[in-house]
Amino acid sequence: MTTYVLQRVRPLGDAEVDVTIAGGQIASIDAPGTANTAGATVIDGTDCILLPGFVDLHTHLREPGREEAETVRTGSMAAALGGFTAVHAMANTDPVADTAGVVEQVWRLGREAGYVDVVPVGAVTVGLKGERLAELGAMADSAPRVRVFSDDGICVSDALLMRRALEYVKAFDGVISQHAQEPRLTEQAQMNESELSGVLGLKGWPAVAEESIISRDVLLAEHVGSRVHIAHVSTAGSVDIVRTAKARGIQVTAEVTPHHLALTETEAVGYNPVFKVNPPLRGELDREAVRAALADGTIDCVATDHAPHPSEAKEVEWQSAAFGMTGLETALSVVVDTMVNTGLLDWAGVADRMSYAPARIARLADHGRPIEVGEPANLVLVDPRSTRVVEATDTASRSRNNPFVGRQLPASVLATFLRGRATVLNGELVAPRGDKA
Amino acid sequence: MSERPEIGGPVESEAPFAARTVMSADDIRRALSRIAHEIDERTKGADVVLVGIATRGVPLATRLAAKLGEVQGRTVPVGELDITLHRDDLRLKPARPLLPTRLPEGGIDGTTVVLVDDVLFSGRTVRAALDALSELGRPQVVQLAVLVDRGHRELPIRADYVGKNLPTSLRESVRVRLAEVDGTDSVTLSGDPAGVGE
Amino acid sequence: MKRHLVSAGDLTHDDAVLVLDTAVQLAAIADRPVKKLPTLRGRTVVNLFFEDSTRTRISFEAAAKRLSADVINFAAKGSSVSKGESLKDTAMTLEAMGADAVVLRHHASGAPYQLANSGWISSVVINAGDGTHEHPTQALLDAFTMRRHLKNDTGDLSGLRVAIVGDVLHSRVARSNVLLLNTLGATPVLVAPPTLLPVGVESWPAEISYDLDSVLPTVDVVMMLRVQQERMQAAFFPSSAEYSRRYGLDRRRFELLPDHAIVMHPGPMNRGVEITADVADCDRSVIVEQVANGVAARMAVLYLLLGGSQPPTSEESA
Repeated sequence: MTTYVLQRVRPLGDAEVDVTIAGGQIASIDAPGTANTAGATVIDGTDCILLPGFVDLHTHLREPGREEAETVRTGSMAAALGGFTAVHAMANTDPVADTAGVVEQVWRLGREAGYVDVVPVGAVTVGLKGERLAELGAMADSAPRVRVFSDDGICVSDALLMRRALEYVKAFDGVISQHAQEPRLTEQAQMNESELSGVLGLKGWPAVAEESIISRDVLLAEHVGSRVHIAHVSTAGSVDIVRTAKARGIQVTAEVTPHHLALTETEAVGYNPVFKVNPPLRGELDREAVRAALADGTIDCVATDHAPHPSEAKEVEWQSAAFGMTGLETALSVVVDTMVNTGLLDWAGVADRMSYAPARIARLADHGRPIEVGEPANLVLVDPRSTRVVEATDTASRSRNNPFVGRQLPASVLATFLRGRATVLNGELVAPRGDKA
Repeated sequence: MSERPEIGGPVESEAPFAARTVMSADDIRRALSRIAHEIDERTKGADVVLVGIATRGVPLATRLAAKLGEVQGRTVPVGELDITLHRDDLRLKPARPLLPTRLPEGGIDGTTVVLVDDVLFSGRTVRAALDALSELGRPQVVQLAVLVDRGHRELPIRADYVGKNLPTSLRESVRVRLAEVDGTDSVTLSGDPAGVGE
Repeated sequence: MKRHLVSAGDLTHDDAVLVLDTAVQLAAIADRPVKKLPTLRGRTVVNLFFEDSTRTRISFEAAAKRLSADVINFAAKGSSVSKGESLKDTAMTLEAMGADAVVLRHHASGAPYQLANSGWISSVVINAGDGTHEHPTQALLDAFTMRRHLKNDTGDLSGLRVAIVGDVLHSRVARSNVLLLNTLGATPVLVAPPTLLPVGVESWPAEISYDLDSVLPTVDVVMMLRVQQERMQAAFFPSSAEYSRRYGLDRRRFELLPDHAIVMHPGPMNRGVEITADVADCDRSVIVEQVANGVAARMAVLYLLLGGSQPPTSEESA
């Protein structure tokens, strides 16, 4: 395996050092310019930030079943370009990932592609139907050792079923990631319910439909003594509930998407379905609240909810369009734009929200590790000063439903290392060679 | 009644070149009087109605009707005709606001219609008026009375009654002002090289 | 005046008055021996209707034909089942057919906006009703009707108070009317049960009331909106009977109106639910006349948008 010397890099934004990667690990950390470069590939990291490889708790890779939108391979490529070394692939595939067989298939596809560690998420209920629990234990025991379970796309709305699921996963330290959306309050909903939805004539998705489920679930988690994770928190009210629950000692964790950090419901004014997403883009106050919550740790991490869709699902009238935005490749830039450049988060904070915290929530052993000698080399090198205008075609994903097209975003990923092997160098993909242990 | 803007009409500019008056208020009054007598002579016995072509043809038609009415001792019906929708240059400029069209009392079927306009120039306005008229009914005879004939016909159209024959160059512009529309009566000619038309 | 008519908000005050004045002139054609004008000869107008609506489609068809345009009727069944093939593909086909204008009625709010701005087609787009969003030509024919009865066919609607009663939440007619009435200087008064008013309606340029009886003596026009039976299933109100009792226009309520006030309804009516038969048919109901005025208003829109090289230009219009 190639040895890399990253010269003059700033781990977590701290002082410059040289970091040597060899044998899949961080081999040494030396004073800047002093590392032994013999036989190594040298990367000039002057002024660049070295972070632990990002971990995404929430991605849709679409395979099996919806390969026209994305495959495990293309999604992995996009993830690596975004600086991720591990992604959790949601279970709403076709067939649904509700058995050991399907999760093992997804896991194997990830290993074959070799760009990131693809960690399958197991469905909570069979077929995502919300009627009975899936074989959570079998999935936990399978090769990928599933620990995160979610019916994402759909809310586990039956209170009894959610209670059982929360209890059951305690046996293997699993966690349920809840897509909080009370179904009866959001039938055929199209965008945030607000003054704007009334004017645009689009059916509203009220904040209370998210908040009422989160309220219920944190209380259930408290009652049965379990962990619960809230996916894509989007409203100020949700933030308040999570904050209160944490203060009470409830084991709740939460994630926020880059698009909810960046965008608001005003994007819907042009009826462009690129901006149609679930949960919907919210109001100005909600955006402020989730940013503040990510800054103070009430929201534990950033998760992309990367949701690729083919053009025929998006180039239609709003009402008929699919929900979702891509996000793996723009996540870091958006976080820098909305959180770092505004002074809300420093690089250490980025490392925590994009790597340490999600790895901890998912119980991933190899990722979200400190940048210290002997740790697995799952790393990302970021150039904080670059800016670019996002282009629709400049993506490894199969899909183009990117809400940031045409916008100027800061920061870029220069290099990504997966267990010491470069998956991205100079901002471009490096083809892997076969299956890696 | 709200004023209608002359969109696409003659440019209201004080020409840098001196505009000379070719018909005074008195000249206009006499011309209309003469035309009224001519109409009376040439249409003896016929059921005459006047139809003014919007905009300035309308007040002219009203005045003519009054004079003709004095001569003939009756009330002469007057109508208004908007030709906007029948213009042959409709598609070449932005859509224009419409002006009122009102049939004279008793209609036009079987009558002698005398179309009235202020200036006869290329003849296209009159052609459009003939088309518009044909959709309102079937007159027996159609004649044309104009205050000024400035020449330069582009279609085989001629006036039956002319207030003043005014030979002009294409680079000159004729401006008719009427009290009902412009506050004063006059016909002026200006040598504006920009040459704005009828 | 803007190139497309997608929202009633696209019209400035002067644009709107121009449309109404033009409609007055064009309405007169109905009394002529030849009920046709050559103005749009050679232009092709496509009625692209994704929702069934015989009455609106026929109205647009009559308007276009009276102006000598060629009319193509395209009843596209773009249901949620066949989503994805609907709008874009159909639009490109129409472009190939050389449509000068597309009159679009669609069940999805925003579809005409997308069609006008997507770059898929270069035709003029006229919104004939999109989802629960807008129906600008309905608002124009409503304004025309009000102006005829209350303002002598001239000027704007300054000072008029117009009650709009019923399912405002789902009504594109209400939205377009609120916009256009404000543009023309009138005051809309929305009357509905709280469940049928959208969140945020307090910020609309309109008065709001839950009490029809108190509003009726204060208005010059009462416009009743159709209320659909399906709304009962979704718990917007408990029963038709309760809805009629609280928000229906019957003889007793009719007597509360000022003597000059007129009764309007965009149609089709649910006789006995939002309006009783005797009120619908009384001499101050202009409901039938609205239909005829619809043709004149649509002729005016078609003429102004398609009759010249472009819509009328003036310092004030957009």
